[in-house]
Amino acid sequence: MSWRSIIPGAILVFTVMLAALGSLFWTPYDVADLDIRNKMQTSSIEHWLGTDHFGRDIFSMLMVGARTSIAVALVAVGIGMGVGVPLGLFAAARAHGWIDELIMRGNDLVFAFPALLIAIMITAVFGPSALNAIIAIGIFNIPVFARLSRGAALSLWTREFILAAKVAGKGAFRISFEHVLPNISNLLIVQGTIQFSLGILAEAGLSYVGLGAQPPVPSWGRMLAESQTLITLAPHLALYPGLAIVFTVLGLNLLGDGLRDWLDPRLRRER
Amino acid sequence: MLRFVLTRLMSLLATLVVASCIVFFVIEVVPGDPASFMLGINAQPDTLAALRAELGLDVPKWQRYLHWTGGMLSGDFGTSYTYRTPVANMIADRLWISLPLALFALALSTLIALPVGLWAASRRGSYADSVVMGFTQLGVAIPNFWFALLLVMLFAIKLGWFSAGGFAGWDAGAFAAMKSLMLPAIALALPQAAILTRVMRSSLLDVMNEDYIRTARAKGLSVRQVLLKHALRNALIPVLTIIGLQFSFLIAGAIIIENVFFLPGLGRLIFQSIAQRDLIVVESVVMLLVFAVVIITFLVDVAYAWVDPRLRQANR
Amino acid sequence: MKLHYSLTALVVVAVLSGSALAARTDVTLGMPLEPPNLDPTAGAAAAIDEVVYANIYEGLTRFAPDGSVLPALAKEWAIENEGLRYVFTLHEGVSYHDGAEFNADDVKFSLDRAMAEDSTNAQKGLFSNIDSVEVIDPLHVAVNLKQADGSLLFNLAWGDAVILDEATAADAATNPVGTGPFIFANWVQGDRVDIVKNPDYWGTPVQLDKATFKFISEPTAAFAALMAGDVDVFPNYPAPENLPQFDADPRFSVVLGSTEGETILTMNNGSTPLNDKRVREAISHAINRDEIIDGAMFGYGTPIGSHFAPHHPAYVDLTEQSAFDPEKAKELLVEAGYSNGLTLSLKLPPPSYARRGGEIIAAQLRDIGIETEIENVEWAQWIEQVFKGGDFDLTIVSHTEPLDIGIYANPDYYFQYDNATLQELMDTFNVETDTAKREQMLRDAQKIIADDYVNGYLFQLAKTGVASAKLKGLWANAPTQANDLTGVYWEE
Repeated sequence: MSWRSIIPGAILVFTVMLAALGSLFWTPYDVADLDIRNKMQTSSIEHWLGTDHFGRDIFSMLMVGARTSIAVALVAVGIGMGVGVPLGLFAAARAHGWIDELIMRGNDLVFAFPALLIAIMITAVFGPSALNAIIAIGIFNIPVFARLSRGAALSLWTREFILAAKVAGKGAFRISFEHVLPNISNLLIVQGTIQFSLGILAEAGLSYVGLGAQPPVPSWGRMLAESQTLITLAPHLALYPGLAIVFTVLGLNLLGDGLRDWLDPRLRRER
Repeated sequence: MLRFVLTRLMSLLATLVVASCIVFFVIEVVPGDPASFMLGINAQPDTLAALRAELGLDVPKWQRYLHWTGGMLSGDFGTSYTYRTPVANMIADRLWISLPLALFALALSTLIALPVGLWAASRRGSYADSVVMGFTQLGVAIPNFWFALLLVMLFAIKLGWFSAGGFAGWDAGAFAAMKSLMLPAIALALPQAAILTRVMRSSLLDVMNEDYIRTARAKGLSVRQVLLKHALRNALIPVLTIIGLQFSFLIAGAIIIENVFFLPGLGRLIFQSIAQRDLIVVESVVMLLVFAVVIITFLVDVAYAWVDPRLRQANR
Repeated sequence: MKLHYSLTALVVVAVLSGSALAARTDVTLGMPLEPPNLDPTAGAAAAIDEVVYANIYEGLTRFAPDGSVLPALAKEWAIENEGLRYVFTLHEGVSYHDGAEFNADDVKFSLDRAMAEDSTNAQKGLFSNIDSVEVIDPLHVAVNLKQADGSLLFNLAWGDAVILDEATAADAATNPVGTGPFIFANWVQGDRVDIVKNPDYWGTPVQLDKATFKFISEPTAAFAALMAGDVDVFPNYPAPENLPQFDADPRFSVVLGSTEGETILTMNNGSTPLNDKRVREAISHAINRDEIIDGAMFGYGTPIGSHFAPHHPAYVDLTEQSAFDPEKAKELLVEAGYSNGLTLSLKLPPPSYARRGGEIIAAQLRDIGIETEIENVEWAQWIEQVFKGGDFDLTIVSHTEPLDIGIYANPDYYFQYDNATLQELMDTFNVETDTAKREQMLRDAQKIIADDYVNGYLFQLAKTGVASAKLKGLWANAPTQANDLTGVYWEE
């Protein structure tokens, strides 16, 4: 596929972002208000997507849930980049030294834990919360970015313009940030988009098993979990949050693929 | 080659030792005491102390750590606090569900992905190719637990073909057991199949760009003949790698799916043991999963190095 | 060959018609929680008693379906020495499932084991008034008390006081051997426990040959299992929202009963701001019980106004005293000096009455200006932080012990309510043996705690069972956590 997938991707992502940001100022109903008498209604003019088991407006819940998902995933990817990229650059600058070895073995260690296990362990110790979900997803993102930036940086270190900078007397630290980082930024943007979409999925999974944002803050994963026992009575409760997740992740993936092809045709490979 | 394997082995062992420390000491600080959980709210302090002594919880942490790791080396994972049965037996029981489930899902995803990927690659750029690729995009974006819910809604509640959850047990016959694993396996397999299809397709297309394939094409072989005779074999290497990595992912990914379908596998065991503060079980299961991931990564690395000698030096 | 074929067909017909004539003698029960072990004397989990009580293990006395106390292994008893000495006469010819004989030594062993220094009995307090247990002869055993106590027979009926054989007690967690009408057969962990009829049972023989307890915590799976006939009965069905569907289906009967579970919004009386009675009163008036019962329990539950079960003869309806009145609640908050509102922590254990009820209460409190910080906790954390640590403002929990208003007389109990009048009242109650006087004291106690707005009293938990319509003889109510199968049978 080509860079054109940016367009549908961007439209989906933009819609979700708009809903998330919009929820800061306006939602059709206040998601904190319960209306138990009108619980589990199907779509109507008053409630576009119906109401949940407490009579809350599902459309409003989805809008605020988008905010939760995006905030958690975005901050988690930020942590992964903020820690992982410097580590990777540093390891590449000291390639095959003991620091490089240490960082890479540390990476292996984190990779040895399935992401969900990290989350379960963290939340078992500190209790479930959106913050702990962020930390868990963030930790898992660190080695992803460390590996990526180390690999990309290693190939750059043999290039002439870096050698020239070395001759000019610049230190490894300055070279990494002045010359290497700008040259791998495209790669990071593409990977960041992919990790963002994985982060949305991970947040949904964690909330679904009760390890994410806590009530009364709405989250898509928890909405799905709460709908599960009501599936015979009100199947629509299980439908909309799932669709919201799919739209968001699909949008981010299309955007990521398109960006990859657009920013760097050489990287053109389909996953 | 031997040197490569040995250094990888050393780092594997180091990873396992450090991981066991992290697992043990992180989980040991989990708030909540197994003894108070078991005895409930009317328990008296002396009763609690007696139970803690009986469970061996009054010994210093580092001693328990040494005892735990030492035991694991000889296959003894200790005794569950709540169930009072050997942890190794509990894990073995649960593995009989988690492992078949993961294998079942892996088989499904491979059986779907390889032919579809091949087909899409052979029709590169066609309408059919775009449709397949569109579906794989969708497959990657669907959370497997939501897909599981949809499957339950359709096949268990609406049509009644499968049960909505639970495990029939292997003693109910292989058919009944596989039937209760069917929906979970499909739910697990779908996103994996989508990823694998994409890998298969792009790997084939990569190989198709290599010189020897161009030569074969120049000799007048058709695209399909080249694909099947020459490209397929070489393209399978990255595909097999992904399958290897997916296996460890499937064991862990099953944690959530087991909760959707209420399958008494390893994933449920972890959640249940954490809730009951049966810490020794949690530690052992986490360690087992870590071990599985590390071993599989090691095997994939070695296999890769064996196929491609260049990898033995660079970019470990 | 042809002959062989028709013979097989005959056999098949015979077997089929045979099973059609005779009533079924097996039953599969669904339970939301799996017991961690099967020793009722070494664990608090209700699921243990739900499998073994009255089925595998028996005590000297036992609970009847209405909550009264009946003789069990003890045929009769005499109270001597002004209530300080109980002499029990045991049934003759009782043996354990492994053939060992039951006698007075086992009673002494079991009670001594429960009281011992290194006892791991979850309800050790039940035995704290016992001074000594004395074997008179193999069929007579005396229990000597430290002070006269009207509740000994009641205490001995608990699952935690069942009688075990010394030879098999150590393995009771995984291989329970008792004197009951059913023998433990098999436990597939994570899935089910099987028990079979005890052919040598000393009492009235049971009508079932086999019973299976299947553990299904997921409500969707429970629903499907009942619908498919994989499970015949769910004595405590985990999702009240499905009950109307079962009620409308002629294949099932929905059994509504009472439990001993007073579901309350516990307030930490020991710390600010909840040590101020006006704040507690405000919270009590902010609670809309009907909305909670509707939203969290889908209508199943009886509102309560104090810590007392509505089906008990001494019950007083005090719900009006803390009726839903948000205006009054706001006034009380202003009076207490919180006109700008306040923030309280609300810790919620796993059951859905707590998780769902908590979200509703949080919304109701917000309406009077109280913000809550909800934290979902596991039971282990709840016990450590809330129950022992007192690190909470509010929590929701169902107190399922029968007749447990006495916890309000313990100033160290987790809600830290300290009232000398009530403590004196309960002290006299504990030694009083006259039923009428005891009931009057219980009425007074209910009023005292309602007047002090100690906790927010929400509703009495309903026992919502779903059973195949032809299955008879199950307990409707839950005076204790048990699935007594002794009277269960299939109707033609």
